[in-house]
Parts: sequence; structure tokens; C-alpha cells
Amino acid sequence: MNYLTAFILGIINYALIDNVVLSRFLGLCPFLGVSKKTNTAVGMGTSVIAVITISSALTYVINRFILIPLDLVYMRTIVFILIIAALVQAVEILMKRKLPALYKALGVYLPLITTNCAVLGVAIDSAQKGFGFFDTMVFSVGTAVGFLVSIVLMSGIRERIQYNKIPKAFQGMPIVLLAAGLMAIAFFGFKGVSF
Amino acid sequence: MLIPVLTACGVIVVISILIGVGLCVLSEKFKSSIDPKEEKLRSALGGSNCGGCGYAGCDAYAKAVVYEGADPGLCVAADPKVISEILGVQVEAAGKKVAYVRCHGHCAKAPANYNFDDTEDCRIAYLAPGHGSKKCSFGCSGFGNCAQVCPYDAIRIIDGLAVVDREKCQACGKCVAVCPKHLIDIIPDDAMYVVRCSSLNKGAAVKSACSDGCIGCGLCVRTCPAGAIEVTNNIARIDQSKCIRCGACAEKCPSKIIVKRY
Repeated sequence: MNYLTAFILGIINYALIDNVVLSRFLGLCPFLGVSKKTNTAVGMGTSVIAVITISSALTYVINRFILIPLDLVYMRTIVFILIIAALVQAVEILMKRKLPALYKALGVYLPLITTNCAVLGVAIDSAQKGFGFFDTMVFSVGTAVGFLVSIVLMSGIRERIQYNKIPKAFQGMPIVLLAAGLMAIAFFGFKGVSF
Repeated sequence: MLIPVLTACGVIVVISILIGVGLCVLSEKFKSSIDPKEEKLRSALGGSNCGGCGYAGCDAYAKAVVYEGADPGLCVAADPKVISEILGVQVEAAGKKVAYVRCHGHCAKAPANYNFDDTEDCRIAYLAPGHGSKKCSFGCSGFGNCAQVCPYDAIRIIDGLAVVDREKCQACGKCVAVCPKHLIDIIPDDAMYVVRCSSLNKGAAVKSACSDGCIGCGLCVRTCPAGAIEVTNNIARIDQSKCIRCGACAEKCPSKIIVKRY
């Protein structure tokens, strides 16, 4: 299997079958917090793609060439958190200048990527599974695309929910959580697909 | 034994320093993008995030003024002169406003019907029979939700009645939103004559519940030379924009519920 097919299959696998939000339950905070409007959801999804891709490349390098040789694998979490936090800060500074509209739309959720467990989860997961650089990149891009897919779908659903008549007890977050649960069940159907 | 600990520390320190320097350089490079006006304006605003301007907080308001051309005179706590200097335009002072509690039924005037024995919270009292234990169901229940939400510490509960400190109040409107009986109004600070009752009951019922209640007789309406007062639903209301401060209404009012504030 050449690299291209491996890449495409990997992306499909991590984006749909092993979806980060809906079957691994990582990154729920931005998933519920920023999915009110489709365009901010797209912005959040794309910035998560950027952050996850860059951070997992960086953490791979640090894990492979600093932590493992120095026998510091147990420091992974703290080092990775440091890297991710710094990266998010850098993205924030750049975005403030280059994309002020998106910066404003994301608001407090941009710093929240720092503590987004999807980002840390990808970095730690790929380090623990001992992925090579290529596998790490496929894994991270696939996961991030999966996050984008699920958050955009969710925002579409939420935009429509607004026009529905919902019983008072379900208004607001409860109906969103229900919808997320139903989405997770739907995504569970992909489990039957295997390569 | 000590060497692994030291390497761990060393690695973290080196990474942290690299990150710190990197972020510093980056933010310094892109610093010019922040409008210095915004920073100055932000420090000139009140800083209590009271929300009286209608924005999410002082930061949001400063941004809105600088980038979206929002009205720069909305901050009640800021000095309009300072803001005019920063922005280079003349800012009209919005005219100080204050919150005013339209009730004067403290414990002696509006006695209790029964002993209220639940959590001392206005919203809970509102659900109790008669909207609280006071005989008047429209009056201030005196548990001080307004005092709790006030970011300026301007409301005191004195003898079962919320009283606003005119000096401290910045008219942010938090108390207006929290009062379950909608007793609090935002009025111009220089408003001289006010109605200190909110009872919608008819005369006899008002009188039996509180010695300080508007009976809706309409004498003030007939007395007012400016036509600033009207009585609807058995309660007098003064239109402060029309009031000429002659004081005729306060003189005539048989229940003495139209009062001079200062």
C-alpha cells in the first residue's frame, strides 16, 4: 500500500470510524461551546486542525529526540501541555493580526484549545502507540478533520433546532446533548466499515 | 538518583525559556496591531464590568468604541473629559442616572401578614402567598437581592426596604433586572419629585396594607401644570422629562407619596 492510499484510508478511519468527539469523547467542551453558528464552528474546526497538526508534529519531534533518549517519557504530559499552550498562544497572536474577524468570533474558545483534550489526546495517544512520523501525521490530521466534521454537523443541527418547538425542560443544553448522543449513535454505524 | 531529576528539570527549563522568548518575540513583532487607543480607553473606563453600557464588559465596550464606532458616552463610571481626550472627540456626558426604588413601605409602615420562614431571597418570597409576608403584595420584600448583585455596593437594606445610595450608584441596571417585583427604575439623578409607591391596588386596599401608598386619586394629575403626571392602574407616574420641578404635586398629594428627593 503506497503512502497516498494509506493517508486517505487513515483520514477516513480517524475522521469517521474513530471520530474523536463522537466515539472517543474527546474535545467535548468546544464541541458544545462553539457549535451555535456554522461559520464560527468552521473557524474553530479549522483552527483545531492547524493546532493539532502543528502540535503533534512538534510533540513527535520532542518525544522522539528529547524525551525518549533522555528517558523522560513520564514527563510527556507536562511537556506536551507546555508545547500546546505555547502554540495556541502563538496562533492567537497571529490570528489577532491576520484574521481579526475569526479571532473575535472565536472569543474565549481560542484559548480553550489549549485545554482541549482532543489536542493533548492526539499527541499523547500517538506517542503511546509508538507511531512513526507519517502515522502520527495521518492520525492527527484525521482526528482534526473528524473534529471539524462533527462540530460543523452539530452546528447545522443546532441552527435548525432553534426553529423547533422544544419542551421547556429540554431547551438549551439538554436538547444539544441529546442531539450529540443521537449523532454518536449514527456514527457508531461506521464501526461496521473496515479496511 | 539526582541526575534524572536534574535532566527533567533542565529539559523543562530549557523548553520553557525557548517558548517564553519565542512568544515574546512574536507578540512584540505583532504588537503594533493593537490600537493604543483601545488600551488607554480600557484603563479610563470604570473597570467593574458592570454592563451598564450594554456590552459584555469593559474590554468589549472599549473594543466596540474604538473599532465599531459605538457611542463613547455610555460608561457611567468614566470621566467624559478623559475619554474625550483619548478619542479626540467631544463626548457628551450621558447625564448621571441613578436607580430608584419605587416603594417606601418599610417594616413600620407595611407590617407583615405572617412570619416568612424560608430562605431570605426576594425571588423565593415572590412565590410565597401575597408575594411575601408584607401586607402590601407590591412592595419591597426587603431580602436584598438587589443589594447582592450591586457591583458598586450602593444598595442597603434599611428596616426591610432597599435604599439606593445616590453617590455610589452608577445606574448599571443590575438591580432593575433582578428585582422580581420590578420596583427599581433608572431615573435621572437630578429628578426632583418621585412617586415612592408601586401598588396597583385600589385606594382602600392600599390603605389597609401600608400607610404610605398611592391610592390613585389623581389629584396630582389635576394639579400638575406641566402635564407630567398620569395615573394608570391606580398608580401615579411622573414623566421626568416633562417635570418642571414646581413641587405642586408633592404639596397636594393626600397620602404624601410624591416626595422631594433632595
